Amino acid sequence: MVQVRLWGSLASAIGDQTEVEIEAGTLGELLEGLAERYPALRPQLDRGVSVAIDGLLYNDSWFTPIKEDSEVVLLARLEGG
Amino acid sequence: MALGSKRDTSKRDFKIVGTRPLRPDGIDKVTGRARYGADMSAPGMLVGLVLRSPHAHARIKSIDTSRAEALTGVHAVVTRADFGDVEDAATADTLDNCMAGAKALYDGHAVAAVAAASDAVAKQALKLIEVEYEPLPHVTDVDEAMAPGAPVLHEGRTDETVPQGMSANVISRCQFGHGDIEAGLAKADRVLKRTYRTEATHQGYIEPHACLASMGPDGQADLWCCTQGHYMVRNTCAAILGLEQGKLRVTASEIGGGFGGKTTVFLEPVALMLSKKAGRPVKMVMTRSEVLRATGPTASSSIDVRIGMTKDGRITAGFAELRYQGGAYPGSPVNMGAMSAFAPYDLENVRTIGWDVVTNRPRQAAYRAPGAPIAAFAVESAIDELAKGFGLDPLEVRLKNAAREGTRASYGPTYRAIGLEATLRTAKDHPHWTAPLGPNQGRGVACGFWFNFGGDTCVSLNITPDGTVTLTEGNPDIGGSRASMSMMAAEELGIPYDKVRTVIADTGSLGQNEVTDGSRVTFAVGLATIEAARAAKREMCRRAAKVWGIDEEAVVWEDGAAKPSGPNAGEFPPMTLEEIAAIASNTGGPIAGHFEVNAEGAGVSFATHMVDTEVDPETGAVRVLRYTVFQDAGKAVHPDYVEGQFQGGAAQGIGWALNEEYIYGEDGTLQNPGFLDYRIPVASDLPMIDTVILEIPNPGHPYGVRGVGETSIVPPLAAVANSVSDASGVRLTDLPLSPPKVLAAIQSR
Amino acid sequence: MSKIHVTTTVNGDPVEFLCEASESLLDVLRDRLSLTGSKEGCGTGDCGACSVTVGGRLVCSCLVLGAEVEGRSVETIEGMAEGETLHPLQRMFIKHAALQCGICTPGILVAAKSLLERNPDPTEEEVRYWLAGNLCRCTGYDKIIRAVLAAAAEMREAS
Ligand code: FES
Ligand code: FES
Repeated sequence: MVQVRLWGSLASAIGDQTEVEIEAGTLGELLEGLAERYPALRPQLDRGVSVAIDGLLYNDSWFTPIKEDSEVVLLARLEGG
Repeated sequence: MALGSKRDTSKRDFKIVGTRPLRPDGIDKVTGRARYGADMSAPGMLVGLVLRSPHAHARIKSIDTSRAEALTGVHAVVTRADFGDVEDAATADTLDNCMAGAKALYDGHAVAAVAAASDAVAKQALKLIEVEYEPLPHVTDVDEAMAPGAPVLHEGRTDETVPQGMSANVISRCQFGHGDIEAGLAKADRVLKRTYRTEATHQGYIEPHACLASMGPDGQADLWCCTQGHYMVRNTCAAILGLEQGKLRVTASEIGGGFGGKTTVFLEPVALMLSKKAGRPVKMVMTRSEVLRATGPTASSSIDVRIGMTKDGRITAGFAELRYQGGAYPGSPVNMGAMSAFAPYDLENVRTIGWDVVTNRPRQAAYRAPGAPIAAFAVESAIDELAKGFGLDPLEVRLKNAAREGTRASYGPTYRAIGLEATLRTAKDHPHWTAPLGPNQGRGVACGFWFNFGGDTCVSLNITPDGTVTLTEGNPDIGGSRASMSMMAAEELGIPYDKVRTVIADTGSLGQNEVTDGSRVTFAVGLATIEAARAAKREMCRRAAKVWGIDEEAVVWEDGAAKPSGPNAGEFPPMTLEEIAAIASNTGGPIAGHFEVNAEGAGVSFATHMVDTEVDPETGAVRVLRYTVFQDAGKAVHPDYVEGQFQGGAAQGIGWALNEEYIYGEDGTLQNPGFLDYRIPVASDLPMIDTVILEIPNPGHPYGVRGVGETSIVPPLAAVANSVSDASGVRLTDLPLSPPKVLAAIQSR
Repeated sequence: MSKIHVTTTVNGDPVEFLCEASESLLDVLRDRLSLTGSKEGCGTGDCGACSVTVGGRLVCSCLVLGAEVEGRSVETIEGMAEGETLHPLQRMFIKHAALQCGICTPGILVAAKSLLERNPDPTEEEVRYWLAGNLCRCTGYDKIIRAVLAAAAEMREAS
């Protein structure tokens, strides 16, 4: 199980839970698992999120491995200039 | 000449990376030979011009183009009716921004376009297009747009995060942070509560948008344009015009500045449509006034901050509510402002709330660290005011609260190795910090943070028969990146810098490349370049092994040559890259390395800026006297261009702090659409900008590189405001700090 | 509208062209003579990207009419290097990394050359005020000023 930290707006969507647990070995599994377990997150997941895994930023790479003890934080989708 | 000093904290010895060779495109750019967006022409080319809305908000009841079409010399007229529907919401907004649909949403919004044999005919044709508008009430201010009863731009765009009962102009709400704000504030010796406001500013690139489009009836098309990302242009135009991506080849011209403003399309789909209808190539070039009225400025904002501090300078809680208007469509960078606002600090209790709001202004486009400078202005001003109030050293207070490796960031994750503390300590030890100040002079500091990104990247590295190297990459060179890429390739291959030529490919020559944004190029394209060079090295080792008749595992690459290594490899003299290249046909064919990746894992970066100003008590005019940037670059590949990024970001931030602003009249039209009234800093406004490059390697990059292009615009707004406050004794909370505002504040002191 | 016939010299070459009465020198250079080195950043005299000299005087070519250069001599960025040899300013701009995107560079070089012809030993402040009409959005001017001062020093030594 991976602990996933949610930002405030996502937490409010699922009854103020700021952390959830998901069975996932990769980023793709994580995003899919979240959408399935927490349908209220789906609109935001569809709009796009960025994910910090152990302090580094990821956007789309489904097969990025996630370890059981990885720190996983969902972030609003990031864009640069 | 010493241009700033440099501290090396990385271990690896580099031969080329970290030196300052001449950029390969330098001669073209100092002789006028380099071709930018407006410098290309084609046989039979027509001139394309756009008709723009004079209204801030109006329903378009009808458009009659028949008289324009009948004019001799006019070859095509285009309106929204020529374009089909687009499914993806963001792309549909882009189309609507390029050519208005049911409503004109801001002063300058495109409503029709013509292609004609000459500029004069095209201008005349624009006058013959009859648009019947029904003017609607408009709103350009973020707070007014949020108020119930404000004129509404779009119905039904609000998402599920927005509470019921708010204006439909409020698109979304986001919230970040951890801990308990009220409990934290209760522990403070003082809680400061302030509202800050910033005005929209434009990226201000000197080159207006320009393109040359040629599209045939078979759907094949070619497009030349100045852009930060020609793959983005291809994909967006293909979606808007219903083309297959592979049929549209986009070539990026040299680009005359972008800063985020050229990460979307404005003219390109229109030029393609005109070309298709006219059956001729069409060139379109914006005027400066069009650039300011109709291309993306950044957001304007209003921000409430509450920060609690103990009298020894510890921040007990930080709260900010940020309201950003991003023009006529959803997508202001408020989420990034909300995530970055308190990012430099290690806080137990922190919360930010962000509101994305639409108004009757041009659609915002990314501007260097989008959203972050505004948020930093508010938070860094408040921290400074608290520190000053307790009589504390503002650098010490920042050091006391600084985020470090292991700190949980205000936006969620735990930091790995970061350089904020190093920038603060270096700033404190720098002679600038203790230099004497005269009357009416002051000194300010501020910190800044930016994420940096990676993204899709694709490069190909080819070894020519004579042993020189061509590196083909897909990101326009906006500030010397050809040089950095050539350096990384040369470093990895162990050959001289001038043996590598870097070429920016068109969209037909490489796979997908993300736009030049998010400070990603040196990081991501650099990473792909290094990997492509490694692939080429492996192949060259294989070829040498074949020639020597030994195992390929027994061959290593060192100093630009293959060498046998290990106990059973045998004795062979090293085979150089040139030697291997010369016999490539005999050993298996041409040699190349390529690498394709979604380069994720970019590292964040931090900066501290220090600035001295002098405030004229008679006029309120502010003069910047001295400026020093301290920033972590991870690893500076070409220090000259890293310094250049630091200096350029600082200068833009100074302009934002002191002069630049979008001014709207009562009628919602832009009052200052020219460089005369929209005043960006000129040479005589600025001092030298000193730089100190720190190098705390990014663990996510083979050479430790972090993005450097954006962080440098984050601190200056606050640093300048803090300096002005130190100089004048008054605290201004609204940008820009224009002379009348400063004077009024001094007089009411 | 009938066009005006103009005979002039551009970078030492004899040139003839026809232009509209209202056409700017910048448009003539770029569109009729294919000299696209001079850039248009504003078209209103506010950015200096179009700087050229006419009869030795520094002007914004977007504010000069094409017809006005009849019988005069026009110098643009394209005429700055002599064959293979770059002007010291051009060399110093590359050496000091005084350009990022490079769109302002032609105008700034033309303006700086004109300064050094008048004042071979300018102070930093004099350079800054002379170049105040040439906008650069990328560099913050630091490296531009250094490059101009370095070129001036080199040219003084050489003369
Ligand atoms: S284009 Fe002539 S001054 Fe700007
Ligand atoms: S180098 Fe880009 S505007 Fe000067």
